[in-house]
Amino acid sequence: MSRRRVSPSLLPGFGPALGVTLLLLSLVVLAPLAALLATTLRGTPREFLAAVSTPRVVAAMRLSFLVSLGAAAVSALLGLLLGWVLVRYRFPGRRLLDALVDLPFALPTAVAGITLTTLYAPTGWLGRPLAALGVPVAFTPLGIGVALVFLGLPFTVRTLQPVLASLDPEVEEAAASLGATRLDTFRRVLLPELLPSLLTGTTLAFARGLGEYGSVVFISGNMPMKTEIAPLLVMTKLEQYDVAGATALATLLLVASFLLLLVLNRLEAWAARAVR
Amino acid sequence: MSASRSREPRAVRLLLIGLALAAFVLFLLVPLVAVFVEAFRDGARAWLAAVTEPDARLALKLTLLVAAIAVPVNAFFGLAAGWALGKFRFPGRSLVLTLVDLPFAVSPVVAGLVFVLLFGRTGFFGPWLAGRGVEVVFALPGIVLATVFVTFPFVAREVVPLMQSQGTDEEEAARVLGAGFFTTFFRVTLPNVKWALLYGIVLCTARAVGEFGAVSVVSGHVRGETNTLPLHVEALYNEYAFQGAFAAASLLTFVALATMVAKAIVSRRAREEAP
Amino acid sequence: MNRSSRRFLRPVLAFAASVAAILSIHARGGAAPPARVELLNVSYDPTRELYREVNAAFSREYLAKTGTAVTVKMSHGGSGKQARSVIDGLKADVVTLALAYDVDALADRGLVRPGWQARLPHNSSPYTSTIVFLVRSGNPKGIRDWTDLARPGVSVICPNPKTSGAARWGYLAAWGSALKAGKGEAGAKSLVGGLFRNVAVLDTGARGSTTTFVTRGLGDVLVAWENEAHLALAETGAGRVEIVVPNTSILAEPPVAVVDAVVDRKGTRAVAEAYLRFLYTPEAQAIAARHHYRPRLPEAAAKAGRAFPSVATFTIDGLFGGWRAAQKRHFDDGGVFDSLFTTK
Repeated sequence: MSRRRVSPSLLPGFGPALGVTLLLLSLVVLAPLAALLATTLRGTPREFLAAVSTPRVVAAMRLSFLVSLGAAAVSALLGLLLGWVLVRYRFPGRRLLDALVDLPFALPTAVAGITLTTLYAPTGWLGRPLAALGVPVAFTPLGIGVALVFLGLPFTVRTLQPVLASLDPEVEEAAASLGATRLDTFRRVLLPELLPSLLTGTTLAFARGLGEYGSVVFISGNMPMKTEIAPLLVMTKLEQYDVAGATALATLLLVASFLLLLVLNRLEAWAARAVR
Repeated sequence: MSASRSREPRAVRLLLIGLALAAFVLFLLVPLVAVFVEAFRDGARAWLAAVTEPDARLALKLTLLVAAIAVPVNAFFGLAAGWALGKFRFPGRSLVLTLVDLPFAVSPVVAGLVFVLLFGRTGFFGPWLAGRGVEVVFALPGIVLATVFVTFPFVAREVVPLMQSQGTDEEEAARVLGAGFFTTFFRVTLPNVKWALLYGIVLCTARAVGEFGAVSVVSGHVRGETNTLPLHVEALYNEYAFQGAFAAASLLTFVALATMVAKAIVSRRAREEAP
Repeated sequence: MNRSSRRFLRPVLAFAASVAAILSIHARGGAAPPARVELLNVSYDPTRELYREVNAAFSREYLAKTGTAVTVKMSHGGSGKQARSVIDGLKADVVTLALAYDVDALADRGLVRPGWQARLPHNSSPYTSTIVFLVRSGNPKGIRDWTDLARPGVSVICPNPKTSGAARWGYLAAWGSALKAGKGEAGAKSLVGGLFRNVAVLDTGARGSTTTFVTRGLGDVLVAWENEAHLALAETGAGRVEIVVPNTSILAEPPVAVVDAVVDRKGTRAVAEAYLRFLYTPEAQAIAARHHYRPRLPEAAAKAGRAFPSVATFTIDGLFGGWRAAQKRHFDDGGVFDSLFTTK
């Protein structure tokens, strides 16, 4: 990696390139988000607080937050498992598995939504046996969780894979020769190395899950106070001609996304240092 | 490395592989298979009829058109951002990088809503646009804008870090040898980042074709006019036309599969050419 | 050009060529028609099948009468969402929504002139409907009337009254049935409260609920539009579900209106008004009856071969003082509906 400071005079095009970047950034991202904030700021802070503290909004935010967090944690575990197996072992079907990990990212969310609902509904391939076991999935918070785990999986696997591949086997050999058990080595040597990227992937999955709409609306059941997620409530409020309520909640979601991004940046910087 | 102490016992290995395969089948393979089973439930003829009916064809056309506009815009943006943010350091650079990433974390619903607030009839520019007879929301421009917003970080996220890690030595050498900006860019920089660029374009295309939430807010759902293919899937699903919905969904799934193949090829080529 | 950049360009060119090829195939699909008028009808969820047929009949008739070819484009969704889109600038020539409150919302924002409901016969509702139940075959839970829906152990599927017109009509139908039975406001609230405590899935639209009940197999009873219930029956085939008509229900009057602000700008007023008037003709009334909407012309039902079971109906104006009052009291944030979910 080149560590040399660039002397800007030698390379041309900084001005125009930055100009184009900032112009497009402002037009596509900043102006629309500013419009949201401006609409929210038309009301008083008291109105904003009132709009985002109704029981229904609080319940929706809590549900979105908790289910996304839970799903991100499950994605992290599955991501660790799949990443480990893909990098460390050779077995039939490995190439196919490796390629298909990206499916949830590449598949349109609406397609994922109707497919998962069809599968996990009490009449579906997976829903029928699960319902017989007394575990209804579709139209419960668990169903939302399933959709979000599906969605989050590529993020955790793909952030872990390169780090797993770059681990130096000699460290593990050394640990083993010093008498550490395999599990000890994993816990004390490997996990600390993996932690930054594991957290990065989990945060990515969490951020995506918090705002997800398409794959969740079909499977969620949409019960106020029970299975109504925050992005859906934004839509619902809009349909009730409650623009102020919708924008207030949207602003809350936006602030949450921004904070998560800041966390993500710190994590990525940490992960980059950890690899080196 | 066989039977080395730094490897798990065979039983553990098999257990982990088994668990991974089970998760893979349950979470990835079964949904994929289900799309096609549902799509071909009534036979290939019904599938063909569903994907060639006028509304489906117009939805496909609109989806491809939107992607054909949004992807080049983002590719152009990605290269400009790569040059400005990857080759130069300046105050505020990390803030700009964070803002570029922002659309990734913003809920699609919010992404759609902001364009309605901006360009809707009662929005900030609504009256001005209406006075000139320009339609943005509930027409092609709105759908394109929402799509560009949602896919905004994808190319830049791939290109910026690579340009940064490659440094500026080669470009500076070209400059010293008398090459102009365009020669330097097209002969030196672009070939160096081409795989990252293509990779970003592949990701961007997949999201552009499949975006649902944001587009749903700004589309207006006029059949044969502003319904993209994902919205057409929803419309059919809501009409008990399950087979038709899954037939249209299978087209999108083909796109997703093509994306994954393209992604695999691009990353393999990138690895092969890496020094 | 060096070798590597050529290798780089090839996939890009191939991609561009394939996009162009696909676009050209699809461009050929729509042959250039003669000059024509295009209307956009923004409607609610369950009217897809109805307006597909009505639009074809209207285009035929209008072409024969005036020599102008009319294409009617459709947009469907939850009634509130559709009105919201029109408010935000969707260029609807006419709206055909689930309830008058949503057209009032357009009138409040100057899109539709005040007094719109008096501009066409029958409160601007060319057809009516009512709210009925769809139950599993053989009616295993013995559901006969509204009170059965509030019984413990009955699982109810109903869309969300916040977003769905059908659900609001259903909610008010249940409420009104208790008032009609002389149970008073407290009895009405306990009935409706019990009903919504039994709701398993609250979809955003009428269509979503029907799918949940019929295809996903959830719930013992679906609260639905009469026409929607018949459609579900026809789609699933007999023997899986059956319709139960309650003793009393609400007279649902889905309104239609010309969006004045849009037609005046587009110059489509004449066609738009002709389109809505067409809905009252014997031909359109028979189409409505065939799709299980109750026509205003009694002979249309007979002509379409449909018999509508008689229900003792009440109207929203009679029992609730109109939509605005009902909306404010029951469905606005902090209203009675919200209290059913937050206090338990």
